[in-house]
Amino acid sequence: MATAEAENEVITTADGVPLKESLKKALWQRKKTALLLVAPLFLFVLITFLIPIFDMLIRSVDNSIAGEQFPRVVVEIRDWDLDSTELPDEATFQALIEDFKVGAEEKTISRLGRRLNYEKSGMSGLFRKTARKIEKLESPESATAAMIDIDKKWGNIETWRLIKRESGKFSSSYYLAAFDAEKNSDGSFSMKSEDQQVYISLFWRTIRLSFTITFLTIILGYPVAYLLSTVKTKTSNMLIILVLLPFWTSLLVRTSSWIALLQKEGVINDILVGIGILSDDNRLAMIHNEAGTVIAMTHILLPFMVLPLFSVMKTIPPSWVRAARSMGATPFTAFWRIYLPNTVAGIGAGGILVFILAIGYYITPALVGGTKGTLISNFIAYHISTSLNWGLAAALGTILLLLVLALYILYDKVVGINNMKLG
Amino acid sequence: MSDTPSLVRFVDIQKSYDGESLVVKNLNLDVAQGEFLTMLGPSGSGKTTCLMMLAGFEPATHGEIFLKDNPINKVPPHKRGIGMVFQNYALFPHMTVAENLAFPLQVRNMDKSEQKQRVDRALDMVQLGPFGDRRPAQLSGGQQQRVAVARSLVFDPDLVLMDEPLGALDKNLREQMQYEIKHISENLGLTVVYVTHDQSEALTMSNRIAVFDDGIIQQCAPPEVLYEEPENAFCANFIGENNRFLGKVSEDNGDTVKVDVDNDAGTVIAKKVNVGGVGERSTLSLRPERVTVNPEPGSLPNIFNGVAEELIYLGDHIRTRFTVLGHDDFIVKIPNSADHAHLEEGGTANIGWTAEDCRALDPSD
Ligand SMILES: Nc1ncnc2c1ncn2[C@@H]1O[C@H](COP(=O)(O)OP(=O)(O)OP(=O)(O)O)[C@@H](O)[C@H]1O
Ligand SMILES: [Mg+2]
Repeated sequence: MATAEAENEVITTADGVPLKESLKKALWQRKKTALLLVAPLFLFVLITFLIPIFDMLIRSVDNSIAGEQFPRVVVEIRDWDLDSTELPDEATFQALIEDFKVGAEEKTISRLGRRLNYEKSGMSGLFRKTARKIEKLESPESATAAMIDIDKKWGNIETWRLIKRESGKFSSSYYLAAFDAEKNSDGSFSMKSEDQQVYISLFWRTIRLSFTITFLTIILGYPVAYLLSTVKTKTSNMLIILVLLPFWTSLLVRTSSWIALLQKEGVINDILVGIGILSDDNRLAMIHNEAGTVIAMTHILLPFMVLPLFSVMKTIPPSWVRAARSMGATPFTAFWRIYLPNTVAGIGAGGILVFILAIGYYITPALVGGTKGTLISNFIAYHISTSLNWGLAAALGTILLLLVLALYILYDKVVGINNMKLG
Repeated sequence: MSDTPSLVRFVDIQKSYDGESLVVKNLNLDVAQGEFLTMLGPSGSGKTTCLMMLAGFEPATHGEIFLKDNPINKVPPHKRGIGMVFQNYALFPHMTVAENLAFPLQVRNMDKSEQKQRVDRALDMVQLGPFGDRRPAQLSGGQQQRVAVARSLVFDPDLVLMDEPLGALDKNLREQMQYEIKHISENLGLTVVYVTHDQSEALTMSNRIAVFDDGIIQQCAPPEVLYEEPENAFCANFIGENNRFLGKVSEDNGDTVKVDVDNDAGTVIAKKVNVGGVGERSTLSLRPERVTVNPEPGSLPNIFNGVAEELIYLGDHIRTRFTVLGHDDFIVKIPNSADHAHLEEGGTANIGWTAEDCRALDPSD
């Protein structure tokens, strides 16, 4: 039976190795090459991007400092109840003294003081004072009395409630702060008083300005991209260089030229006053406020809108609009019903690019935004480099990340990510 | 078609894009109501430009175009009521087939039920009834072409322009679509201005063909006239196959002329069509199927000795290449009849033709 034989027979290559095996080997070789080719980039992205983001996520909830500086206290205080009206027991105070002695010697205890100060002002001072005095304290009869003697605050039940609340490995307090909320002494949450609220309005402003900037780049970029797509290739290549011109000058140079142009004594105001549109004492405030941020960032981000739009418009043959016109559509109808719908992919790509860049932009708002035009990124930078509250910076960063992801998903639902043409 | 009123009139139209050269030089052309007129010509001869001027997408540099006796130079495209089929169909990719067809009706604010009725009718006309909900990208090239034709007709335009609508299709489909478009236009009594550079397409479809070259209409005539009686060497050469001799007129006998073929190869008696007097140069044009092999001696005014260089058997006829009068590219189609002449490659034969079939034309190139 020839057929049965053929079925059982394993097909082999010329040197007798089963065909499947040698095929697998050959494919593995190819895969190995592919893996090797992407490995450097993968490592790079892992080390410089994924790990830092993961680190940021951890840092935004991390509270290990309590366990490190107060190893004994966090153990003793476990049995003490938050609702209790009495101070913790003597053992807790003894633990406090021992932890302080170790911490003061290693000069690390003030870190915990600073950490607790985010929650309640005065804590940093209390810790510094206690650290200074603790060395002279030699096995007192009553640890409780001795500590209260160093500072009355150790006898205040609110201090202990704070320590109890922040004794866990993880803490939600950074996120609460990022949403302008705080924990009450009984563990419930409430919003901070109006005058202390910062971040929610800042997030809101960041989103609002980013949308404004995106909208303006669409309005300004669309006609330019259209022009680029209709002129001869030679001309359009030259014009594209002009569009990219902003990229040729450094961000700082560009930003400073905006300052020169827009400030109260700047070129634009001078001209407006000169031709009599404005009176001298009514000069426009166009910089160090929201307007400054919007103007400068629209300029800087415009190429990110023009290029995707251009690449989409280039693929639209002029015959589509002509066909519409020949069928009786006015120029506007032909644009609105035929041309515009076919450029949605470009608007989407450019829009998402500009919006994501705008929402995380830092340097320009810092330079031309003043206090009214700064964005959330500026506060993240502030907490990283000035206030050193990295936990809060991480929480703000994480919220920003989630915000962008949410908008991205929304975009996918509404327009569809596969419709996006980036180039 | 001089008895029907003309729908379109080009009067002294000139067109230049760059201000340096004329792409269309002094075009005068009438298109009659109900006529299928084809503009035929080599690439770059200005056919599309003429169509674009008629549709309103390019302004004429000089002259006036009349539609139903109204000058339309200043009428914008959407008010001209001209249907158009583009080479790449120009279907709107973001709309379904039915939406594409409904578009011209929507912009005319036609009511929904009438729109639907008309769209269905147009789809049936091109046999695409079940395809209304598809996107253009989900159709084959031929189907897209049909949609484009249906879309250009759905709003009952006075005139339909088609710019190489079949250019992107393969040969079989193209021939099939030629008949379909022809039948639709006949059934609906449409006036069509059609552009192509495929001569067989032009011959198949048209009532009249305007042969373009270099921005000028070389001849505008019905297909059979154009083939049988070309007025100049360009048309004779561009439409159908043709044997050419260049020479000088040596005798003018009113209806016929004697032409001395260059290099003293011999003298041919030809019909005087488009030549000057004695001493002028001329191109002689002769269709390959009008040549007789081994005629009775003395039966034809032109009989010469030829050498058969190549024989190609094509079933219905045998295509033979001769060397005659110093030209080695003289083609003769010998019909495959029972008594046809039997030749061998390298053999000699007498070849003859009438003076009527050999046309003395202008001395081109
Ligand atoms: N928009 C334009 N700008 C400048 N020159 C043009 C333009 N359109 C066409 N031309 C020139 O005008 C001449 C005629 O072009 P046209 O498109 O009318 O030719 P055509 O007969 O349609 O040729 P084809 O068979 O290749 O389509 C060509 O030399 C072409 O280069
Ligand atoms: Mg053309």
